[in-house]
Amino acid sequence: MTNDFRLALAKDLVIALEQGNELEADKVLDKIAEQKESQLFQEVGQLTRQLHDTMIGFSLDSKITAMTENDIPDAKERLQYVITMTEDAANKTLNAVEDLLPVSQSLNEQAAELSTKWERFLDKEMPFDEFKSMSAEITRHFQQSKGSLLQVQNGLNEILMAQGFQDITGQIIKRVIELVHDLETSMVELIRLAGGDRQSSGKQDNEHELPGPVVPGVDDKAGDVASNQDDVDDLLSSLGF
Amino acid sequence: MKVLVVDDFSTMRRIVKNLLRDLGFTNTVEADDGQTALPILEAGGIDFLVTDWNMPGMTGIDLLKAVRANPDLVDLPVLMVTAEAKREQIIMAAQAGVNGYVIKPFTAATLKEKIDKIFERIDG
Repeated sequence: MTNDFRLALAKDLVIALEQGNELEADKVLDKIAEQKESQLFQEVGQLTRQLHDTMIGFSLDSKITAMTENDIPDAKERLQYVITMTEDAANKTLNAVEDLLPVSQSLNEQAAELSTKWERFLDKEMPFDEFKSMSAEITRHFQQSKGSLLQVQNGLNEILMAQGFQDITGQIIKRVIELVHDLETSMVELIRLAGGDRQSSGKQDNEHELPGPVVPGVDDKAGDVASNQDDVDDLLSSLGF
Repeated sequence: MKVLVVDDFSTMRRIVKNLLRDLGFTNTVEADDGQTALPILEAGGIDFLVTDWNMPGMTGIDLLKAVRANPDLVDLPVLMVTAEAKREQIIMAAQAGVNGYVIKPFTAATLKEKIDKIFERIDG
């Protein structure tokens, strides 16, 4: 409704009222109300359309819903699994170290003691009886060394194997980072949508076709993964391997 | 016996290398994905390939296919050591001609068993 038009209507109303023309005055008032209403309808119409578009936008971007429903809880479980794996690895390593330190310490003490005695023997300061007992000690030391060194070797291998967590957790964390990135993209789209700018394509780069490490309780729900090496072996042997 | 170990995680390459040394394979070379591994293989002299699956650049399955497509490498024993555990993937690897498949996390005993099996079959 333009200003001029409203002014004209107002003037008509004043004239009608001054003239005491009730009928004409009512007519002008109706006209004003009508104009006002049609503008209101237009605005409501526009809002409805905007709402409608936004709703469509929301359903188009159902990805964000799927993310909050599935991916975020998944990511939480994945990160929990990372904590479990790193904790396991740390415990394995610490256990091995704690087991081995006394072993190497005892070997070290034995060797030190024997080497002192051996020097006395070389210096010809050792009575024969003591030499006999030293020989027995040396025999014991060799026997114990064999066992202890084997224990050290096994422990070192355990420590070595425990480092495998870094590969697995690295892969899992990489995936969670990708999820955060996807979420960020979706949020930016949503903000754009709310701002009325709907240029974004909504295209998602889902090039990650490889499922990666199996996180227990997350990836093995569908029953289409091998949960351990025996499963793999069974599957391969069923294929004639 | 020269072994090529392919994995994008250097920690895993070190673990596999150490385990292999324990099993008597002292001569190992490393590559961090299929793209760097393939030229090493093509240059010759590698007797055994141990590869991960999921790697940037060229994946282990593509590397395996490239190896089987090359007349010089067609008989090269290939062991896959990977976190990929979907049944369809294991079948895919089998169809592509893998000689053994170990899923991570694995034990030293598992690796030894699979390697022994591969060489038993070749020698037998």
